[in-house]
Amino acid sequence: MATPVNMPQLGESVTEGTIARWLKAEGDEVEKDEPLCEIDTDKVSSELPSPFAGKIEKLLIPEGDTVDVGTEIALVAVAGAGKETAAEEEPPAEEAPAREDATAEAPTEEFPSAGTEAQPVAEDGEKQHAVAGTRSGGDGLVEIESAETLRLTRSSPVVRRLAGEHDVDIAEISGTGIGGRVTKKDIEAYIEEREEEYETPGLKEEREAFAPPEPEAMPVREPEREPERERVPVYEGDRVMDLTSIRRAIADRISRSKREAPHAWSMVEVDVTGLVALRERVKEEFESREGIRLTYLPFIVKAVVEGLKEHPVLNSVWDGDRILLRKRINVGVAVDLKDALIVPVIPDADELNILGLARKIDDLVRRSRSGQLGPDDVTGGTFTVNNPGALGSVVSLPIINHPQAAILSAEAIVKRPVVVNDAIAIRSVMNLEVSFDHRVLDGGVALRFLNAVKKRLEGYGPESEIW
Amino acid sequence: MAIKNLLGAIHDGLAEEMRSDGSVMVLGEDVGRAGGVFRVTQGLAEEFGPGRVMDTPLAESLIVGAAIGLSVNGMRPVAEIQFADFIYPGFDQIVNEAARFYYRSNGAWSCPMTIRTPYGAVPGGALYHSQSVEACFCNTPGLKVVAPTFPSDAKGMLKSAIRDPNPVLFLEHKRTYRLIKEDVPEEDYSVPLDKAKVHREGTDLTVVSYGLMLYTALEVAEKLSVEHGVEVEVVEPRTLYPLDKETILDSAKKTGKFLVVSEANLTGSVSGEIAAVVAREAFEWLDGPVMRLGAPDIPAAAFAKPMMDFFVPGAEKIEAAMLELARY
Repeated sequence: MATPVNMPQLGESVTEGTIARWLKAEGDEVEKDEPLCEIDTDKVSSELPSPFAGKIEKLLIPEGDTVDVGTEIALVAVAGAGKETAAEEEPPAEEAPAREDATAEAPTEEFPSAGTEAQPVAEDGEKQHAVAGTRSGGDGLVEIESAETLRLTRSSPVVRRLAGEHDVDIAEISGTGIGGRVTKKDIEAYIEEREEEYETPGLKEEREAFAPPEPEAMPVREPEREPERERVPVYEGDRVMDLTSIRRAIADRISRSKREAPHAWSMVEVDVTGLVALRERVKEEFESREGIRLTYLPFIVKAVVEGLKEHPVLNSVWDGDRILLRKRINVGVAVDLKDALIVPVIPDADELNILGLARKIDDLVRRSRSGQLGPDDVTGGTFTVNNPGALGSVVSLPIINHPQAAILSAEAIVKRPVVVNDAIAIRSVMNLEVSFDHRVLDGGVALRFLNAVKKRLEGYGPESEIW
Repeated sequence: MAIKNLLGAIHDGLAEEMRSDGSVMVLGEDVGRAGGVFRVTQGLAEEFGPGRVMDTPLAESLIVGAAIGLSVNGMRPVAEIQFADFIYPGFDQIVNEAARFYYRSNGAWSCPMTIRTPYGAVPGGALYHSQSVEACFCNTPGLKVVAPTFPSDAKGMLKSAIRDPNPVLFLEHKRTYRLIKEDVPEEDYSVPLDKAKVHREGTDLTVVSYGLMLYTALEVAEKLSVEHGVEVEVVEPRTLYPLDKETILDSAKKTGKFLVVSEANLTGSVSGEIAAVVAREAFEWLDGPVMRLGAPDIPAAAFAKPMMDFFVPGAEKIEAAMLELARY
């Protein structure tokens, strides 16, 4: 009896996954919990343990294909009676050849879980093409949409008309109506903003064209010229890189944040001379005692957490017609991978001291770099700390990690001549910036928060105790 | 210009038409010597004599029937039905005879007559002095049904009704008789019977209403503007049948959200017709469900005040409906 294996939901709000690599071939035996394949989602890559023991009968999805959560990806001939329970402790079914009609008996069209989409999988393993996009309509085909998609695309006649006229995917717009519905005003604002966006880079491209720029010769872009996605010309020797799922996820999220959240930005200078001296004093002992290096990041995160406690509005989410103040303080820490950026999360960072934070950060960074983060490690963040200073940056304008309300950047610590008590002194100075969603909060509270963080970082002296 | 209430404006309209056209006359219960139960016709009997200001028996079919006969014989009668609740004995005369006379006679005779009647709930009015009867007549081609709310409109529309060659049912919300006052022109003017009026411009939603509900809706619209920044466009049909669809649709298309408020029983109401027109003709402009607010399907506005307040949509209900639609 062949039992389907479905694309799992690897974390909240994840709706699809890419089969990066099959670790088993058709005909292979697989133990329960033995890795079946590697799955990339827009948040994380992970291995899928086989939900039961058996023999791989069919791999339904080729490597590299992206399918919706709940889609059947493989059929496994499970030993014994073929009931779900048989999977539990049954030994691998060595004597159970796959029956000819096995796939036909498999419940290929069941809904794996409420609210997710189940595309019936063809028995010959042919790749399923989702019925044309939500906008096409008209051909009478009915697409089974997930509850979330339905909510996002449930729209009034005027919104549908405008979406059609302007070739807009309604699901891309964040709605401010009841239940997140996209209202006429939402789509009008979206279209207006998008047209402005297309306006600017278009002119820039033309300026960079070979002809010397002649202002009066500049072609005026027709407003109705639609963003037919024109390919950038490829010249000899150019290399084309297909997007990895993580690259695409970063692009989507960053664009969404920039599009939806009006960013404002502020910076303060922090005199961390005392903190630098403190770290110099204790770092060797710390490393030999705890087995991990002591960086500045735990100090920054701790100061941030305390700042968030004082100014909880920075630990919040814009939710259309209301603001959600998060109770938990889960701090995401941006980690630079060679070709990507990942933001693992320190859950309940307010419960950790410097040592606890140092351990947690060290663990997350190491697992980020070795690709061992699980879905839970990258979800649930309520605020993000960016640390470009580690790479030598002295100023940056971070983009908010959607849908959070703000992000803090800690820059490189540099020695600078500064005026102290009307004398010039050499001090270790660090720039701290915050980018914030101006819908949620204003510059006043953002700066009070920054100053709260600054005050704590400046409070360390060479003799401070750290715990 | 002089400040007039609705009663005064209608009185003036009647008197001016009677002065300028000898065929204009009024008839009805107590319209002569008593000057009308609401004093609309006060002084007319003295000025124009009993031949043109006739007291009639308590028989609505007779009042309307006599008016039909007078109208096809050269007069322009203005019949008064003392309360709209009592109009039903005259229903057959209005719907079967007056409205169809021109059609039935193949254009040989028309009935240039006006039937004035006060409608709408008032405290203590209860079963026989409260009804909103407009829906019963807005299904009769050949008849015009008008329901102006503001004094200057009422005067100008009464003149148009009297001058119209076909029968016009002229509805007056009796709770607005003394409630609404405004400058009313003293010179001769008329207001057309086929034009709705935009009382207040807005961008967020459209409210169509008439009578007391219009007055309340305008107040709520101001409140919403101040308290919530919601700008409501308020449109008064003025003529309920046939409707000025163009003005209503223009507004619906402009705001994309549409609410009709009247105090008539909701089921089978004029509101339903207006909503249907918008749902069909403005479909691709709509950004929310077409909504209606009206009285529940209960036989009458009750005598007891709390029960009457439940029956008639008040400012609170109107505000809630507007906000619901604005936030949709």
